[in-house]
Amino acid sequence: MDLLVGVPTHNNAKTVGETVQAIRAGLLKYFPRERVVIVNADGGSKDSTREVIAAASINDLQRSSELYALRTLHCISTIYGDDPATEVALRTILAAAELLRAKACAIVSPESTNITPEWIERLLRPVYGEDFDLVTPLYRRHKFDGLLLRNLVYPMTRALYAKRLREPYAVEFAFSGRLGSHLLEQQVWDHGAGGVGTEMRVTLAAMAGGFRLGQTFLGTKQHLDRSSADLVPAMRQTVGTLFSSLESNFQLWSTNHATEPIPTFGAEHDLTVEPIRVNRRRLYQQFGSGVAELEPVLKSILSPQTLAEVQGIAKLTEDDFRYSHELWVKTAYEFAASYFKSVINRDHIIQALAPLYRGKVYTFLLENRDASGEEVEANVEALCLTFERLKPYLLDLWNARE
Amino acid sequence: MWEMIVGELNHAMQELARNFAHLLPRLLATLIIALLGWVIAYALKVVVRGILRIAKFDKLSDNAGATHILNKLALPSSSELLSRVVFWVVWLGFILLGVQLLGIVGLQEHISRFFLYLPRLFVALFIVFFGLVAANFFSRAALLAAVNADSPSPGLLATLIRTIIVIFAVTMAFEQLGLAERTILVAFAIAFGALMLGLAIAFGMGGRDLAKQFLERRFLKEKEDQKQDELSPL
Repeated sequence: MDLLVGVPTHNNAKTVGETVQAIRAGLLKYFPRERVVIVNADGGSKDSTREVIAAASINDLQRSSELYALRTLHCISTIYGDDPATEVALRTILAAAELLRAKACAIVSPESTNITPEWIERLLRPVYGEDFDLVTPLYRRHKFDGLLLRNLVYPMTRALYAKRLREPYAVEFAFSGRLGSHLLEQQVWDHGAGGVGTEMRVTLAAMAGGFRLGQTFLGTKQHLDRSSADLVPAMRQTVGTLFSSLESNFQLWSTNHATEPIPTFGAEHDLTVEPIRVNRRRLYQQFGSGVAELEPVLKSILSPQTLAEVQGIAKLTEDDFRYSHELWVKTAYEFAASYFKSVINRDHIIQALAPLYRGKVYTFLLENRDASGEEVEANVEALCLTFERLKPYLLDLWNARE
Repeated sequence: MWEMIVGELNHAMQELARNFAHLLPRLLATLIIALLGWVIAYALKVVVRGILRIAKFDKLSDNAGATHILNKLALPSSSELLSRVVFWVVWLGFILLGVQLLGIVGLQEHISRFFLYLPRLFVALFIVFFGLVAANFFSRAALLAAVNADSPSPGLLATLIRTIIVIFAVTMAFEQLGLAERTILVAFAIAFGALMLGLAIAFGMGGRDLAKQFLERRFLKEKEDQKQDELSPL
């Protein structure tokens, strides 16, 4: 088999039909001579997800787009369990890819309703044609979208793993058969986190394993799932996974220095700036009340000096409030070190970071209220450089006995 | 007559000397056992302290909130306190074993009771410690969840959860020790029942309008906020 596209599903009947049609169109249009298969791993959907996939007939597609398959295009659907579990779905798809000896594989979210056939080409071509091992997406986003990624996950991953990969947490990505086999062998699935952050673990394992990374511009990122707006689960998936990876990859991140750019296909960033409704005051209030209420918890995580600074800015008025890059980086690094040392329950550490993150987001919104896309990028770059500059601070915290 | 008195005195002295001669080896044996017990108890104290330090028991105690309580009572750290308890229990055990050798009537029964009571004491200590650990864990979990959900009075909620769990643990410990079992159980049942009834009456009747307002404000506000807040972290 040349190519495999995996679609993990769970009750996605509303959107998955459209997604599968786009995948098929992409495969027929851009890879007509290759042997391809679509594998659906379903977590026991109670709606008609599997029927919708089975009904996404190739004949309908041919009539509408005048595309013809030169080879048979298989579509296989399997149920891996009665409950949705991203890591089991991904492992099922990886096992299928290894069994079929697929040269390149792509994972596509069933909720990507704005997917076009070009996404399949942009994801798979670098792996299939140019020998890349992992290709992550780049999206067109609003300047205030994906703020957790831009204010913490991307800068910290970049500083520690020395790779300028913009979307370390990707629900759409492509990988080589080689990386797929490595992931199956590496047991990246069993981190005791209940399957949280599997997508991020794939990216981190590729970085740690020295695989060839690339990123490709797909287009607008659409948020169908409201759960993506829930901060604490999002932090568990990304920040929790990043923190837990630092323990096993200490040798790697403690010794690397200069960050490497990642080959990019298409635009590296594309930010839109149209007006958006954001409740800034609520973020400010949540930060203030969080810092006050969580004082005993923060005391066991942060150093006295950092805690005093955080409590100091919590007393500032809305207009004067600023969570500086340096203080934010120190906060993040102290949380990472406390997570490593398990000063309290690890999940509680991640939850305790949420109110402080809201303070940083409030500052970001305030500073970039009238900023252009380039100015926002410059701000993110400055934060990344602060994370890189203060990396020795994390090493000191890490190596401190208590 | 005089000879008789002297004879009786001599007899009494001989009896005393014989008894003392009988008792002396036992007394010496008791002292040796006590001394040996001290050495063993001290060695055990050092070993237990070392194990607890390696196992970072003080950190666990910190997390459980036990250290805070100990500091307030001007007591040493948890690992030091536990190792001292081990020392005294072991040494006391040896002393009682030694005293048993003296053959004092009625003491043996008390000594057996003491040894039978020891496991219950340790189980009670275990219950209190893990009760504190559970209270700290669940109150912190409630505090974090309430803060992140923007709920009102997260601190009060966390304190309430901690208090309930600690009361449960202490009641269980007292029950284990067999101290005023019935009184404590009845007191606990009355206090807990009164608290729940009070809350039910307060929320159900006294605060009906307030609860309605709160729920409306809470859920309507949340929906409104969600509409306003179009930010996605990922």
